[in-house]
Amino acid sequence: MADIFWWVIFPYITGTIMIFGLLYRYAFRQLTWAAPSTNFLEKKWLRIGSPLFHYGIIFAFIGHVMGMVIPMEFYQSLGISDHAYHIGAIWGGGLAGLMVVFGLVILLIRKITIDPVRIKATFADFFTVLALLFVAGTGTYMTIIYNTTVVAYEYRETIGPWFRSLFIFQPKYELMGGVPFIFKLHVVSAFALFASIPFTRLVHIFSFPIRYPARPPQQYRSRSNYRKQGV
Amino acid sequence: MRIKAQVAMVMHLDKCIGCHTCSVTCKTTWTNRPGTEYMWFNNVETRPGVGYPKRWEDTNRYKGGWILKDGKLKLRAGGPISKLAKIFYNPDMAEMEDFYEPWTYDYDNLIHSPKRDNLPVARPVSTITGKYIDKPEWGSNWDDDLAGGSENVAKDPNVEKMQEHIKMEYERTFMMYLPRICEHCLNPSCVASCPTGALYKRDEDGIVLVDHDACRGWRFCQNGCPYHKVYYNWNTHKAEKCNFCYPRTEAGLPTICSETCVGRIRYIGVVLYDADKVKAAASVEDPKDLYEAQLSCFLDPFDPEVQEKARKAGITDPWIEAAKESPVYKMAMKWKIALPLHPEYRTLPMVWYVPPLSPIMNHITNEDELDTDGYIPAVDQMRIPVEYLASLLSADDTEVIRKVLLKLSAMRVYMRGKTVGGVDEFRQSELVKQAETTPEEIEEMARLLGVAKYNERYVIPTGRREMDDDLHYKRGACSLEELAPPEGMNPRFGMMKVRENL
Repeated sequence: MADIFWWVIFPYITGTIMIFGLLYRYAFRQLTWAAPSTNFLEKKWLRIGSPLFHYGIIFAFIGHVMGMVIPMEFYQSLGISDHAYHIGAIWGGGLAGLMVVFGLVILLIRKITIDPVRIKATFADFFTVLALLFVAGTGTYMTIIYNTTVVAYEYRETIGPWFRSLFIFQPKYELMGGVPFIFKLHVVSAFALFASIPFTRLVHIFSFPIRYPARPPQQYRSRSNYRKQGV
Repeated sequence: MRIKAQVAMVMHLDKCIGCHTCSVTCKTTWTNRPGTEYMWFNNVETRPGVGYPKRWEDTNRYKGGWILKDGKLKLRAGGPISKLAKIFYNPDMAEMEDFYEPWTYDYDNLIHSPKRDNLPVARPVSTITGKYIDKPEWGSNWDDDLAGGSENVAKDPNVEKMQEHIKMEYERTFMMYLPRICEHCLNPSCVASCPTGALYKRDEDGIVLVDHDACRGWRFCQNGCPYHKVYYNWNTHKAEKCNFCYPRTEAGLPTICSETCVGRIRYIGVVLYDADKVKAAASVEDPKDLYEAQLSCFLDPFDPEVQEKARKAGITDPWIEAAKESPVYKMAMKWKIALPLHPEYRTLPMVWYVPPLSPIMNHITNEDELDTDGYIPAVDQMRIPVEYLASLLSADDTEVIRKVLLKLSAMRVYMRGKTVGGVDEFRQSELVKQAETTPEEIEEMARLLGVAKYNERYVIPTGRREMDDDLHYKRGACSLEELAPPEGMNPRFGMMKVRENL
């Protein structure tokens, strides 16, 4: 029963909160939708912490796509041995994880010690950083320490297929039963973090301005025609 | 030809007394909320001085505006790709300390202090942290009226550039006021800097606005604007800027800074311009040509062909009429006495400045005997160096400034001649020739600059209201609007048909 809760009910509840929360905030609270930068209040620490964390998490995201979304068979068809994959995952993932963790630690210290930043930070801001630190910390621990000292765990046979099965609404929760505890903790905490996204500053990950390079530099908008244009 | 209308402003610096009334009324109207304490959509700087934020003209540091690279117009801070790479940390952005840490005073202590030996004081309290600031060290007008003297003057980027050492001895020093608002540029670099496209220029009146729903706070606009007139609200994490008081201008009223201007220095009017010419004008090779290039974008509202095309472009007759009466058109385009601020930023700014005259350095001892042409060399001996004004207003082209100062001097000589005699002599003088003016033009100029009647200073057509729903219809509409036919309407017509017939 516990398996059903953690690997079926919990992911769907958190996912639903995330999706509907985001839709609600986008539709009705868009004025609060921003990347709440504190670049204006403090610059020296941010200069190191922020790019370290953000680039790290982009690499980590790509790594998770490679591990969770792309099936194992794909790598085998390319002739990449399991051993080679894990070497790559440990080095690449470990580096990304360390970037994220160090970045977060710098940002957290900054949030605590720099007066204007601390005073303007809300509970949600501290929660976000701490939650991210927990998720990233467990992830980095798994990648660097667990994988090298205990066993290079083959999550592509368990967590990966389970994660993909969530999207076709036929969750293979039984795959998760034998997963080591630290991996379970990472997955559960990550899903909890997903649920918090609509209520925190993390919404800005969905507004990365990817279309910027494609648009013309100057923007005109008409006052009298804006309804017709549907802007 | 793509005709657009632009509501623009001229400030006549000769008349600015530096009273900051514009700043205060603007602030109480627009930026009196948490997060906006440090913002001054309108501020008045004493020049020479560091300005607000400190050294905003230092383009090497903040990287605002455009540059010409291989004949192509590029943002100085980098194009979209490099911006996206820097999105997590913007190295060029001005920090709070470049503006100042805003503070209020602990007034409560004055009222509720217990009985003590010493008088209670209101200590400064930071509005950011809520903590006491023992010693405020900078504010938006810290160097007002040359306070800080040679220390602050030397930090003025325009002064740094000047070859000649600026004299700071009391007898030789100079100063002027420079009120600044958003320039509502024809080629705004803040708009181009915005990754989300939240900033835009309005089609109808050219006002540059921020769409706060769309703004994601990526903060590139803040230093993308070379005038540093877009601000980052640390409370809402959105950009805010001068909006040319659009709710007022749409109603035909002048902006609050203009309305309350004590010296009547501000003029607001409509100009018509060709949007197709903007890019080419901003891309001319020599920065000194930018002023003329910008002027070439504007269209003559008296030209019937322009009027015809403007009507086709949806510009209504009241706007065309207003463009004819526009004080901005007269001062900036017709008489050419108003100049754009820092044209070298290539944004084609639309707030224009009439440079100030200043006392002549070498005393004219016997002014009664001075003939009219004696004023020609006087222009070069004014207290405010022509080079300094040129650095502000004409991309270092001193000839442009000389011409304007000559014209303004000619106006003074002529108007005085009208009272004390000498108009006939003036007509024949070299001064009138060099100033390229006529007594008739001078009379007109003197009226607009000197008499400055309210309805001549502000010629603002009201905003078009076609976007609004049919108010006559709305007034009678009931909550069943989409279901039931409107009251008084024959239900035989379909709903849509009735609305069309309205």
